[in-house]
Amino acid sequence: MKATPLQRALAIIFGWGAALLLFFPIAWTVLTSFKSEAAATTPALFFTPTLESYREVFARANYLAFAWNSVVISFGATALALAFAIPAAYAMAFHPTRRTRGTLLWMLSTKMLPPVGVLVPIYLLFRNGGLLDTRIGLVIIYALMNLPIVVWMLFTFYKEVPNDILEAGRMDGARTGGEIWYLLLPLSLPGIFSTGLLSLILCWNEAFWSLNLTSVTAAPLTAFIASFSSPEGLFFAKLSAASTMAVAPILVFGWFSQRQLVQGLTFGAVK
Amino acid sequence: MSVATAPDVQTPPPPVEAALPMSRNAGRLLLAPSVIVLLAWMIIPLVMTLWFSFEYYNLVNPTLTGFAGWDNYRYLVTDPDFWVSLENTLIILAAVLFVTVVGGTLLAVVFNQNFPGRNIARVLAISPFFVMPTVSALVWKNLLMHPIYGVFGAIARGFGLQPVDWFAQFPLASVIAIVAWEWLPFALLILLTAVQSLDNEQREAARMDGAGVVAQFFFITLPHLSRAISVVIMIETIFLLTVFAEIFVTTSGGPGNATTNLAFLIYARALLQYDVGGASAGGVVAIILANIVAFFLVRSIGRRLEV
Repeated sequence: MKATPLQRALAIIFGWGAALLLFFPIAWTVLTSFKSEAAATTPALFFTPTLESYREVFARANYLAFAWNSVVISFGATALALAFAIPAAYAMAFHPTRRTRGTLLWMLSTKMLPPVGVLVPIYLLFRNGGLLDTRIGLVIIYALMNLPIVVWMLFTFYKEVPNDILEAGRMDGARTGGEIWYLLLPLSLPGIFSTGLLSLILCWNEAFWSLNLTSVTAAPLTAFIASFSSPEGLFFAKLSAASTMAVAPILVFGWFSQRQLVQGLTFGAVK
Repeated sequence: MSVATAPDVQTPPPPVEAALPMSRNAGRLLLAPSVIVLLAWMIIPLVMTLWFSFEYYNLVNPTLTGFAGWDNYRYLVTDPDFWVSLENTLIILAAVLFVTVVGGTLLAVVFNQNFPGRNIARVLAISPFFVMPTVSALVWKNLLMHPIYGVFGAIARGFGLQPVDWFAQFPLASVIAIVAWEWLPFALLILLTAVQSLDNEQREAARMDGAGVVAQFFFITLPHLSRAISVVIMIETIFLLTVFAEIFVTTSGGPGNATTNLAFLIYARALLQYDVGGASAGGVVAIILANIVAFFLVRSIGRRLEV
């Protein structure tokens, strides 16, 4: 359909206008992170850029420890979720039974349980089990939290793997284990990769359990940034530097996984 | 259903391992770990929450124990804070849904047009969704909305106006603005995907028949989007009912209880006042609220599911 010049002009104005408005807070944070603490309190656009805040965040706040926690927890939980989900999705996609449909929908419904509804028991279980403020504790929670999404996404990908190939492998005498390892895994590697990416994004940004179940040793970046909320912590440039570093890697991941995000977050309901 | 089909007569009998019953058992074995952990993850905390909600259980007052009957619930519904928190929860939900669904639909239509730099603009527009909630909340509160140092204040002064102290004067609206900023990109992303699947020939035909842009939008695009919109509404509802981090780092539920939603109330009961029983009763209410929505969401998704 040919757009009239007016439509085109409107699309440019509204499209770019909305994009710049929505992106402005992020851009402003990055900009402020290069200001000195004194300059950060004025909304000046022109200033002498400095890396002072980044140095301070690294030196004083032990930024790397929090970042490392985020990395370990996100990757650990993603790996754990995948380890559980790959066999399950395989079984449901290639050996469906009468119960498969119900199982999938039930898995989805566990995702609907509001975290705050089970905060008390989880907190007490963690306290009694010595899991409070440990990385392994968050790994378990995040893996369970994302398991339904991960199973669903893998299931969708497996559904697209041509059955003939597996059939051929089975004819050649491949056992179930071999079938998964040598045939299915290579075929669905792109699917596993993008599923993992989505899981990483969700783990990295999770801020309910991380705020409630960690304090110092296992606190990831979401909790570290929250420590800037105290009134004494009103150091805008340092807040901006820490925020920029916390957000940048996952923002790039997010840009690459837009499509999978739609599939994963709507459970295939919108394609 | 590859397993169920009988082996071709021509082929030699399959080895024992590949026989049918083995595969079915193997299938169960592969599925079992996920089902078991999810079942535990769902049942154990749920039963504990229910159980605690009928118990006297306070971590700072260990002498008071035992069966409480409906006391925790009675205490909850006679607490004015509870009703305020319920109201705030619903206001946040309704306001954010309105902004994100209306804004997301309009932006999806805009981003479906071809214009220079569209892909870059789209990437910029969806970026807020990938920002962690604690960062969004603090950046908005300090860098943008701070009356003295923030950008909004500077703009107001530029126009000769008095800067607004957003979190003091309009605390709930401020929280809503932050949450809407986070979720608008989500709505845009989902709805854009749905708009792109719209058949262009249909719109072309409508245009030939003399339908204007507005009529096309209301009679073709919007009906086509209705399913995607309902999915967006339901998924956002699940998350928006329990907004927490944004409130935790900006207002801590205040001033007073102006921004206390149900999630924050439960958190305060449990981890600040150590009232396990009372917090659990609140938790049960949150679970019921979420399940009303979840019921429709699961049904709607199930209709599309092909196994």
